[in-house]
Amino acid sequence: MKLFRMLGRSIRDSFKSVIRNFSLSLASISCITITLIIVAIAIMASFNVQNFTKEIEKDLTIVVFLDTDATEEDIEEVKSALDKTSNIDKYDFQSKQEVKEQMQKESEVFNTVLEGWNEDESPLKDTFQVKVKNVEKIARTADNIKKIDKVSVVRYGEGMVDKLISAFSSVEKVTYGVVIALVIVTVFLIINTIKLTISARKREISIMRLVGASNFTIKTPFIIEGMILGLLGSVIPVIFTTYGYLAFYKHFDGYLFSELIQLIKPEPFIYSTSIIVIIIGILVGMVGSASAVRKYLKI
Amino acid sequence: MDLIRIKNVEKKYRNGVTAIYDLNLAIKKGSFVFVIGGSGSGKSTLIKMLYREEKPTKGQIIVGGLDVAKLRNKKVYKLRRKLGIVFQDYRLLPKLTVYENVAFAMEVIGAKKDITRIKVLKALEEVGLKNKVHNYPDQLSGGEQQRVAIARAIVNDPKLLLCDEPTGNLDPERSMEIMKVLEDINKSRGTTIIMATHDKDIVNKMKKQVITLKDGHLVNFKQKGTYDNEAV
Repeated sequence: MKLFRMLGRSIRDSFKSVIRNFSLSLASISCITITLIIVAIAIMASFNVQNFTKEIEKDLTIVVFLDTDATEEDIEEVKSALDKTSNIDKYDFQSKQEVKEQMQKESEVFNTVLEGWNEDESPLKDTFQVKVKNVEKIARTADNIKKIDKVSVVRYGEGMVDKLISAFSSVEKVTYGVVIALVIVTVFLIINTIKLTISARKREISIMRLVGASNFTIKTPFIIEGMILGLLGSVIPVIFTTYGYLAFYKHFDGYLFSELIQLIKPEPFIYSTSIIVIIIGILVGMVGSASAVRKYLKI
Repeated sequence: MDLIRIKNVEKKYRNGVTAIYDLNLAIKKGSFVFVIGGSGSGKSTLIKMLYREEKPTKGQIIVGGLDVAKLRNKKVYKLRRKLGIVFQDYRLLPKLTVYENVAFAMEVIGAKKDITRIKVLKALEEVGLKNKVHNYPDQLSGGEQQRVAIARAIVNDPKLLLCDEPTGNLDPERSMEIMKVLEDINKSRGTTIIMATHDKDIVNKMKKQVITLKDGHLVNFKQKGTYDNEAV
């Protein structure tokens, strides 16, 4: 009961103080707003990048072509060699015959051409389709497979995919840097705002001390004030996140540039992002005011 | 029983000035004590050490069972809740009414509203300001403001009331009114009162215990003492 009474008082005082120092509060709130909008963009971008990367990696396969003259025993030997190779998740074998049937199914032209060839003169090769465990080591795994006897060609989606992923990840890093810098600036701004409220209430604080208010009672209103600034600062970013992402998703029909790069579906993604944004806002406000209280309220 | 016990206390400020030398004192519950001495005698320092505004450099101060010298900053509020403090400059909050100023002392320690109301009105009645409850401090005379400060100091029923030159800004007539209020509090509530002053007339009229300090040394501690010019 007592705690609630004290908290009620603290919250009332904090709101009063936000209104009393309106211009400085507004400066802090706008700074938090700008920071959080960028934070929201960073969060949405990085989750999407992670999503693309995961999707692309799922599709990444090494295709192993065997020599045309490979016999049944050779195939068995390659199989056992693959079993011994590290970083291989699973593999599927497709014989010449199966490849041929699949190709015939895919196109009329292939169908007629392939019809003429018999088993012996077929240019097609037996293949293995290999999925790896760790995509980053795919190049080395491919090299290892190449060394196996009777393996002629090894192919995987080199080039384009790698470049795309590394471009995404450098974009991500830059965004993180900007976000951290902005968060620091915001924290300093909040420290200044709270410092002003503290100095405006110095007399009150000294009397509180004299009549036996605990440090907790004295500090809480300032910390709550910081949290209120953070909360108010996150209102616009939350609206931005929700409607901005919905519009963005609609505009691009759910994917970027090609069907390969799928965007995350807006629901529940926008809600979780909004919650993260609000939490970051409140935390930034709290950290700023807590350090102001520690620095300027020597009690 | 002793409410305050001071043993071998020395206070040396950071600038090298020693304000109190080897002080030993015991003050009984319910007593009314004047602390007198010229400027620089150490009387303000003594009062400040009692409410832990200043820490003694050496020695032990016990107030109502609390070892004040060892009290950590975080725990100071425990001491402050046992005592009331009155200053020369009243220290009221200008934007609060008389009632709110006194209630402030109750609110910040988390007292219930109805209890606060009863205690605040009782304290204001004791200092004779029941008819000015809704006035603001700047609408009151100096003597009335000081009485508000006294009401605020006693509203939590403290065992000890510390007064640092409470009549310093008042004319003799208002000063005597304040002294009357303090004496009533001492008698009716049994509150121990320690008052630093350099007002000769007050000390001589009141005939209370007197602690005389000179240059940081205790000169004497008399029952029914007077302001002795030679001693100061």
